[in-house]
Amino acid sequence: MAQPSSRALGRAAVGWSRIRWGQVITIAGFLLPAAIIYVGLVLLPVVQAVYFSFFRWNGLGPLEQFNGLANYVRILSDRAFLSALGHNLQIAILSLAFQLPLSLALALLIREIRWGRAVFRTIFFLPFVLSEVVIGVIWNFIYRPQGGLINAVLQMIAPGSEPSALLADPDTVLYALFIVITWKYFGYHMILYIAGLQNIPAEIEEAAAIDGCSRLQTLRYITLPLLGSTVRLTIYLSVLGSLQLFDLIWVMTTGGPVGASDTMATYLYKYGFQRFQLGYGSAVAVILFLICFGFSLVYQRFAMRSDYE
Amino acid sequence: MTIREAHVPTSPARWTTPLLQYVITILVALIVLVPLLATAINGFKPNAELMQQPFALPKTWLWSNYTNVLQSNAFWRMLRNSVLVMIATAVGVIVLASMPAYVFSRMRFRGRELLFNFFTLGLLFPIAVAILPLYITLRQLNLIDSLWGIILPQIAFGLPGNILILRGFFATIPQELDEAAAMDGCSPVGYYLRILLPLMRPALAAVAVLTMVVSWNNFFLPLLVLNSEELYTLPLGIQQFQGQFGTDWGRVLAFVTLALVPTIGFYLLAERQIVAGLTAGAVKG
Repeated sequence: MAQPSSRALGRAAVGWSRIRWGQVITIAGFLLPAAIIYVGLVLLPVVQAVYFSFFRWNGLGPLEQFNGLANYVRILSDRAFLSALGHNLQIAILSLAFQLPLSLALALLIREIRWGRAVFRTIFFLPFVLSEVVIGVIWNFIYRPQGGLINAVLQMIAPGSEPSALLADPDTVLYALFIVITWKYFGYHMILYIAGLQNIPAEIEEAAAIDGCSRLQTLRYITLPLLGSTVRLTIYLSVLGSLQLFDLIWVMTTGGPVGASDTMATYLYKYGFQRFQLGYGSAVAVILFLICFGFSLVYQRFAMRSDYE
Repeated sequence: MTIREAHVPTSPARWTTPLLQYVITILVALIVLVPLLATAINGFKPNAELMQQPFALPKTWLWSNYTNVLQSNAFWRMLRNSVLVMIATAVGVIVLASMPAYVFSRMRFRGRELLFNFFTLGLLFPIAVAILPLYITLRQLNLIDSLWGIILPQIAFGLPGNILILRGFFATIPQELDEAAAMDGCSPVGYYLRILLPLMRPALAAVAVLTMVVSWNNFFLPLLVLNSEELYTLPLGIQQFQGQFGTDWGRVLAFVTLALVPTIGFYLLAERQIVAGLTAGAVKG
């Protein structure tokens, strides 16, 4: 089969009357294997989740107890779900307020360092490639009241103080988890900022310095605005990540104590796989999706629009 | 896109002194490294000693925590399962994502963008959204409690993002090359196999390495799909091990340390590919 150039293919696509069946077969051959597994294991389950969410179902018998929007009403009036959603939002806000500024500061700092820059970058990025399970177990050890690292430090600072169980206290558990999340993810955001900073031509910052801008003025009026698209991207990734938290929470607290660290995903897991309420769990999944999708839509529409041009 | 060495601004007034810069970076480096080192070192202590000074070196180095894990079948079995799942997933993603990425970057036809959007629609769905029906589907396919029940969904959920990344990489091939290949009578399959794949090895390596990291660390799918201990992957095994030996911290820490060794080794070898894949995905996604 002699193949025309892409330019010729472009012309061929102008009218259906001139369809080249050879090309159609080639395209189908290249797309079908991926399409089958993608439709079967991603798209179809998502559609099914919407369908299941209108039923009461334990996952085994036939799907026949249609109950309309009852699952949704029940979820949205369940305090446990609303507080799980609240925990996701709290983590998101904490990330935006502390984790991202910290990552940005480190990215700015690390590019000024003359010696060992690559070593520090490698160390800072390391936690990101470790699994949340490994990190969860390590931090369970760090936080434990007897013989944990945190309490050992506290004993050094204030000898004889009461050992604290940060993960067992509903008031502190979320903050304790947030520290672990920051420990894991700050290097990832830092890498993105470093990549963004490299796209800023050195001449612009040098020109500002020559024109008498102080270092802080250059940062405020030149560097940060030029880094805008990267900042908006990290905010986006950080919020979506916060909305989907599961692994770390499950390994460290399974959502406890008494739901104080439940997230939407742990709530979904508990209803779907521990209580086998598949209809109800699917409705939770749909709500989780709508929240993520709604955020994506609004954020991309208003904040990231200019970044795509 | 790769991380180049950052330029050093030559502004006269630095906003921090070099000394302060090093104090801060070294402090942060310690915050990263101390938990990992403490994990490895405390794995050498008997449990009674573990209850006291976690920062101290062991009074006598107790090797049995480590040798017990290394001599257990469980550890090696989990390692093997994790490696199998990781390699199968990476191969699947490379093959199945590069084919559509080729079509979407090098061919022109009506409806191309529509099809491309269809394939990347999946980026909108976190796996948690699909997980309950996915579980039912896997049960119908008899893939529950099988490594394929992890590999196939991992490939499926890896496709949208990696098609997007690879399309970006493939689009950098100059048009003239396509025309020259067509002139020489090269078929699309020949172009894909003999020109595109060899030319794009660095991009494929970045995608493969990133996919491997994600697979290696996956916990959610193994937690749902696997029931028998013989099939456990490392993350699931570690979580179960923690539950089983929760009070025997020396043993748990030794286990975690041994699981960290291949991960950190792989990271040191492949850091550049990981960073390249992540920044490409983030910037284009």
